[in-house]
Amino acid sequence: MAAEPIISVRGLITRFGKHTVHEGLDLDVQQGEIIGIVGGSGAGKSVLLRAVVGLLKPADGQITVFGENVRDTSADDYRRLRKRWGVMFQDGALFSSLNVQQNVEAPMREQLDLSPETRAALAAIKVRMVGLPDDALKKMPSELSGGMRKRAGFARAIALDPEIVFLDEPTAGLDPIGAAAFDALIAQLRRALGLTVFLVTHDLDSLHAICDRIAVLAGGRVLATGTMTEMQDIDHPWVQAYFKGPRARAALAQKEAI
Amino acid sequence: MTRPQIALSEGIFVLEGDLLIGTVEGLDLRHGLAEAIDLSGVRQFDTAGAWAIVTLERRLQSAGLNPQITGASALQTDLIATLRQNMLLTEAPSTNGPTIADRLEQLGRKAVSSLQQTLAIIGFLGQVVATIFGLVLRPSRIRWTAIVHHMQQVGLNAVPIVSLMAFLIGVVLAFQGAAQLRQFGAEVFVVDLIAISVLRELGILLTAIIVAGRSGSAFTAAIGSMKMREEIDAMRTLGLDPVEVLVAPRVIALILMLPVLGIIANFSGLVGGAIMSWIELGVSPGVFQARLASNTGVWHLGVGLIKAPFFALIIGIVGCFEGMQVKGNAESLGHLTSTSVVLSIFLVIAADALFSIFFAILEV
Repeated sequence: MAAEPIISVRGLITRFGKHTVHEGLDLDVQQGEIIGIVGGSGAGKSVLLRAVVGLLKPADGQITVFGENVRDTSADDYRRLRKRWGVMFQDGALFSSLNVQQNVEAPMREQLDLSPETRAALAAIKVRMVGLPDDALKKMPSELSGGMRKRAGFARAIALDPEIVFLDEPTAGLDPIGAAAFDALIAQLRRALGLTVFLVTHDLDSLHAICDRIAVLAGGRVLATGTMTEMQDIDHPWVQAYFKGPRARAALAQKEAI
Repeated sequence: MTRPQIALSEGIFVLEGDLLIGTVEGLDLRHGLAEAIDLSGVRQFDTAGAWAIVTLERRLQSAGLNPQITGASALQTDLIATLRQNMLLTEAPSTNGPTIADRLEQLGRKAVSSLQQTLAIIGFLGQVVATIFGLVLRPSRIRWTAIVHHMQQVGLNAVPIVSLMAFLIGVVLAFQGAAQLRQFGAEVFVVDLIAISVLRELGILLTAIIVAGRSGSAFTAAIGSMKMREEIDAMRTLGLDPVEVLVAPRVIALILMLPVLGIIANFSGLVGGAIMSWIELGVSPGVFQARLASNTGVWHLGVGLIKAPFFALIIGIVGCFEGMQVKGNAESLGHLTSTSVVLSIFLVIAADALFSIFFAILEV
């Protein structure tokens, strides 16, 4: 843990009008880990993700990714930075006028100068890697189920082999089998591609199954970070309710049974 | 980033440098045969690099060789193994351009689908008319608030643009007519020209076109986005009939308001024409009014206004129908909105032509 963190957030403050979302939030993410961000609805998990990837300008604070400041980068630096991460939004956020293959090719087409054959071959590989059937390549996003859209969104996020992927609620709205398969997919691709994964989630099973570390957001700050077992011992009503509630016990029991 | 190199030495492909998505295309993987691929000189490596290696390996295998990959780190080996699982054995054949048969098929499909569309739109018209008659029989079910709301949207809010448009049309007619009629010394006939063309045709036709562009598209967009977010389905599960709740108030409001807008357009068209005749030809407003009253039969106004409810029905039905056709994606919403405007304007003009023939036969 002594290594330089790959993402470092210091004293982050974000506001929407008079409503303050983050009040001096600090967070470090180490290279190669899967960090799970949890917190109640409206705790600012997705806002944190948007601030880190530069979609939202915070009121104050430092955000560095790969040692570069995200807030004050020039447009060129930001473009270079953006190539090194991939983002998957909640419902995949696929471009609805493009089919799956064109969606996965989109970042390649924008960022690199590849021949159409190479692009198509690489897109086909990414689509198979996320576990979609080959005939999904030519389908439009509206023809896919929710789970398939998420997978296609993930394929687009990893199209350029990023070093970090940001996933916003990847398993929300999936059935338990699909969610478990998605978890396994994230873990497998993390191993294969050496990814660092920034995971915003509510899913206790995912937290158990794949996260190395968990950061709990409450009251505009990171309340605690640690492994799932360490979370059990933190004395805070929300954390207790979240990690010791009936659902958490079920998830823990399931893990022990395996 | 260092550019990747490939060299063939002593029956071994030796790769060096960074094999990344931005650089692998520079590698020549199509030539030469070897028994082994050496990756010990490779530094950075990603999926595209692994793809290049597996492509090379497959090519050597198809040439009957059994290449060994040496010098790869554990991570690289894993990635290559993942790629082997996920790469298609044969690259997908590049699709050729469409053949004549494809084009013929496309034409056939287009023809059939436009026929089906026509039938569907007629069916929808029947459904809406039946619903409206049902409402007339049971007036307690009429949604007055919605009707008044839409009357404001399609009627009142359109008054400025419609009257400005008609005013300018009157001005243009007077100006152009004056230039021609002056050659015969028949300037005063400009009143007949303006009155007949505005009252019979232009006032109502151009109003209908503006309303189609303004409100027809708004109907499609509003109903379409409700369809997209499954609000229409939610309505059905609550026992509400979308035709009764959404379509009927819009169509009724349009049928009530388009004649009113037509009258406003007629009036401001005549005012525009009168002002221009006065400036350009010296026909005073008094003369204009007297000649208008004596020479223009009331049927010219009647012919124009009779058409208004029919145009309103066309615009309302087409706008709501196209909205109901919207599927899950945002693209179809945009596409159908423009279809709705184009189709309703076209149908309005076609109906106008039919009315012209009809009135010519009736000799009014």
